[in-house]
Parts: sequence; structure tokens; C-alpha cells
Amino acid sequence: MLDQYLGVILTFGFAAVIVGIMCGASMVLGAHHPSAVKQQVFECGNPPTGPARGRFSVRFYLVAILFIVFDVEVVFLYPWAIVFRRLGVPGLVEMMVFIGVLAAGLGYVWKKGALSWD
Amino acid sequence: MWADAGIAAVKSLVMLLLALNLTLVLLWVERKGSALIQDRIGANRANIFGGILPFNLGIVNTLIADPIKMFTKEDVIPDGADKLLHFFGPFLAVFPVLATFAAVPFGDVLVIGDRTINLQVADLNVGILYVLAMSGLSVYGVVLGGWATNSRWSLLGAIRGSAQMISYEIAMGLGLIGAILTFGTLDLQAIARAQGATIWGVIPAWGIIYQPLGFLIFLVAGIAETKRVPFDLPEGESELTSGYFTEYSGSKQATFMMSDFAEIVVVSALATTLFFGAWQVPYLARDGFHFPGGFALALPQLVVVAMQVVSFILKILVLCCFQILVRWSLPRYRYDQLMDLGWKTLLPLALANVLLTAVIIVLAG
Amino acid sequence: MGPVTFAVLATALVVSALTVVVHPSPVKSAMALVVTLFLLAVVFVFLGAHMIAALQVIVYAGAIMVLFLFVIMLLNLSDDGAEARHQGGALFRLGAWIGGGVLAVELAALFLRVPFPAPATPPAGYGGAEAVATALFVDYLLPFELTSILLLVAIVGAVVLAQRRAA
Repeated sequence: MLDQYLGVILTFGFAAVIVGIMCGASMVLGAHHPSAVKQQVFECGNPPTGPARGRFSVRFYLVAILFIVFDVEVVFLYPWAIVFRRLGVPGLVEMMVFIGVLAAGLGYVWKKGALSWD
Repeated sequence: MWADAGIAAVKSLVMLLLALNLTLVLLWVERKGSALIQDRIGANRANIFGGILPFNLGIVNTLIADPIKMFTKEDVIPDGADKLLHFFGPFLAVFPVLATFAAVPFGDVLVIGDRTINLQVADLNVGILYVLAMSGLSVYGVVLGGWATNSRWSLLGAIRGSAQMISYEIAMGLGLIGAILTFGTLDLQAIARAQGATIWGVIPAWGIIYQPLGFLIFLVAGIAETKRVPFDLPEGESELTSGYFTEYSGSKQATFMMSDFAEIVVVSALATTLFFGAWQVPYLARDGFHFPGGFALALPQLVVVAMQVVSFILKILVLCCFQILVRWSLPRYRYDQLMDLGWKTLLPLALANVLLTAVIIVLAG
Repeated sequence: MGPVTFAVLATALVVSALTVVVHPSPVKSAMALVVTLFLLAVVFVFLGAHMIAALQVIVYAGAIMVLFLFVIMLLNLSDDGAEARHQGGALFRLGAWIGGGVLAVELAALFLRVPFPAPATPPAGYGGAEAVATALFVDYLLPFELTSILLLVAIVGAVVLAQRRAA
């Protein structure tokens, strides 16, 4: 059973080495001539003012929460989809109730305008 | 034991190199293809033999000269940036994407002597979930890459990019539920084998026949996950310079660029596996062709396996080229349109597709 | 899972979990939590619970931690916030020490008095897709359906809170 995961572990190892080399190549091979202007972040050619990591719209936060809720819903659907043929009609009804409740939630979010970006 | 480990190592290296090479070829296809669409010549300068060759070596330029150029550029890390996370941004953008290839079956079994080699790095019984879990992790590359550089454009691009990626992840996952319902398993190799059957003895039973809507949802969500035009809001160059990788240079920037193409390959590979018969060639069984009507053509096993692997790569390439065609044909969405498409169109459509598929399965017995 | 594998995994888990607690930078602390959750999924894999492992990565490492990072960025918590976090007041610190001490004594008593059970071999298919599905849709149907109500409440709560903030 675990030998399936041998391939995964090996792929992880090889991929880490390959991507690590790709990311680090410039540090080793590239020139290194830092200057005050070059190290500045780009801001339309002006010297940057103030901290860059400011606050941002609460909508992104809402998207993240909705993402979790619907991700959990999708996660419930995977095991259901596998055994669906064995569950038959009761399985369909079970999932219709579950999806129905969450579809109501989606409708609520929609109606409240939380999905519109204006 | 050691032989098994050796075979596993060879398989995973072959798969990774296949993915990397597909990515590099795509870079060339992108440059030449966009030139074709825009009536230009495109990448054509590779004067490596002093121009004595009669044909164009543009592909050499993209495959060898470009990476060498990128890798030998200066690695500029801006003041105020977090050096560690500045490295892990591009790393995490590509590493999970490459790791997904462990679960993709690129051929049927290869029998050498008394050893049966499954042409898949890891035959996971939760293959689809593994791919989704890994590709879900690549969102950290975008978030960290943008946050680490201490630049406004980068942070804006990172926030936009991650919100977009997580929004479309829902639609992507839901779009696949229909296919899982159809095949009743999460094992990608089992799904590939199931598509070797035929409907009425004529039509290959590929996933797209059962799940046309599921495929469409998956493809659109997949293109949105790659963050390319028409969904390239996180890096819209006219408004955010380059989005989350504005402050990256040299090989780190190349890595971010590569992550887009690697994601295209993953989306195409998964779409091929689930909807286009994976490595299946129509009517080709392990011992050769069995055409409808009783005509059969016996083939040696090695030829069969080679044809399967080549057909898998060709199918992936066709889907990749389609995505590049989309990228050079459509204008960019507005951010509200992007979010509307994900939450108000694809999500309800995908839910409807799940219920519809379930009802059809119940009715069909 | 052999003792060597377990030792390696457990050490990595404890180190990453400690990093979550002690690292001064909130973003790196969150990333250490991602590593912790990922390693936990690896533990599940070694127990044979493949389905749970995949879901663990999808939901915890892939979804919930994205929200954590968003909140950290939304509130613009930076490294200088670390000092403020450690200023708890003397009473607060005393309480923390007492609470931690009680927990440590309890755990020590537990480990000393109760003998460790021999590791049980999980039944075939344990934690796999089929087993999880049967548990969810046959044995624990009502809790499963109630989960949808819980998720609905979460949706409504998030919208109400976010819109009050926006208004």
C-alpha cells in the first residue's frame, strides 16, 4: 500500500531539486551589482511613499470565507460520488437536501449583493 | 525492493522531464502561435551555426537560449523584501504543480519479462483528490510572492490572484464531481482504463460523451486557474505592471512564468485523463487493434504502449494549443465579470451538472 | 508505520508546530502552520487513511490557511505586532503559566499511570474513500445533513459581518 507513495515521495524530491535550482540559478550565476535605485520597488517611476502592505477591501476576505464553505461542500461530494451507485435513490435525496440548503445559502449571498463587485 | 525503487525513480524522472519539456515546447508554441495570429514572424533568431542551416531554428532559441539568458540575469531583491519568502514565492508556485504529475497515468502497463510496470508514477486510489490538493497549494506561491516583495503592485496582484484562484477552485472541483459520478472512482488509472470501452461497439466511451458540461466547466475553471488572458487580472500589465511578480527578475521571474505554462499542462493532462480517454487510442487493446466489424490487427506490446504514450502526449498538446489559442483570441475580463463568471455562472452550472448526472445515473439504473 | 518513520514525522511535526507559536512574523507563522497541517496529512497516509489525508490537505492546508493569510494581510499584521502580542500584563502571564502547568501535570500523570495500548492494525479499507462514504451517508446521516445547516449559518454570518464592516 505504501509503495504507491514511494513514487510521490520521489517526485517530491526531484521536483524540489529542479524547482530549487530554477529559483536559485540567478543567485549563483547572475551578476550582483546592487544600487540604491535598483533595489527600490517599482511605483510608476516615483519614489515609493508609505508602507506597501496596506489594508485591502473586505470583499476578498468574504470570498475567502465563502471559498471555505463551498470547498467543504465539495469535499463532502467526493465520497458521495464514489459510492453513489450503491446508495441509489436515498443517496440522491440525501445529497439533494444537502445541496439544496447550500444553494439557499448561495442564493442568500447573491441576493445580498456580496458577490457583486461594483 | 531496490529494483522497484529504481523503476519508481525512473518513472518519476521521466514524468517530470516530460512535464518540463512540454512546458518549454509550449513557450515556443506560444511565441510562434501568437506571431502567426498577429501576422508576425516571431522567435526566429538562433544563429548557432553561423546561419548555414537552410531552416529556421527558432525553437532552439526558446528551448536553450532563453533559459540560459534568464538564469544568468541578476537576481534583484528589493529593499524591504522578505528574502526567504521572496525565494519561496516562485518555488511554491511551481513545485506543487510539478508534484501533481505523480498521479497522472501516461500509459497502460508495460510487461517486461515477469515484471509488470504501471506507466504511472504513483497509482493512488485518491488520484483526483491528490491532484486537486496539490494544485490548490500553488495559491501560496502567488500570495507569498506578492506579499514578500513589499510592493503595492505585487500585493494587489497577489490578493487578486489568490481570490481568483480560490473562486475557480470551487467550480473546478464541482465540475469534476460529474466525472467521478460517471466512473465511480477517484483512481486516475482506473478512469483511464474505463474509457477503453465502447458505446454500441462503435463510439469510444470517453468521458466527454458522458460529461460535456462537466468538461466545459472544468476547462473554463482550469484556464482561470492558470491566470492567463482572458483571466489575467492578477498580472494585468496595463494596471498592475506585472502583478505579483513585478519585483522578480532572472530565474525567479522565469519560474513564475513557467508556473503558468506548467498549470496549462496540468489542466490539459487532467482534462485528457478524465474526458478524452487518457492514453487510450480508439479500438486499441493490449494485443492490438480490434476495429468494429470484427477486423483485428495484432501488434507487439511495445508498439501498443508506445502508441498509447504518444497519443496521451498528443492529446495534451492539442488541449494546450487550444488554451494558447484562447489566450491570444480573447480580451481581458473586468474583475467583477471574472467573479461573476466564477460564482454566479460556473458554480450554479456545476451544481446543476452534479444533480443532473446523479438523476441520469439513477434513471439508467 | 515503523518507529523510525514515526520519529522522523513526529519530530518534523513538533518543530513546525513550535515554529507556529514562537515565530515573530505572522505570515511565516501561518506558513509553518501550513507545513504542520501538511505533515499531519502525511501521518494519515502512513495510517492508510488516504481519503482523509487528501481532504486534510484540500480543506485545511489549501482553504482554511488561505483565509488565515488573508486575515493577516487584511489586518496588516506585521513583524512589529509581535511586541504587542507579548504584552499580556502580569495577571495574564500568571494565568497562562498556571493553565500550562496544570495541563503538563495532567499529561504527565496520564502518561505515567495509563499503559500505552499496543498499536492496533486498522481494518482493511480504513480511512479510504468507501469507508468514509459509508460512515457519512449511512451511519451518520443526520450529522451530515446538519453540517449543511452549519455551513449555511457560516455563510450568513460571514455576509452579515462583512457588510456591516463595509457599511
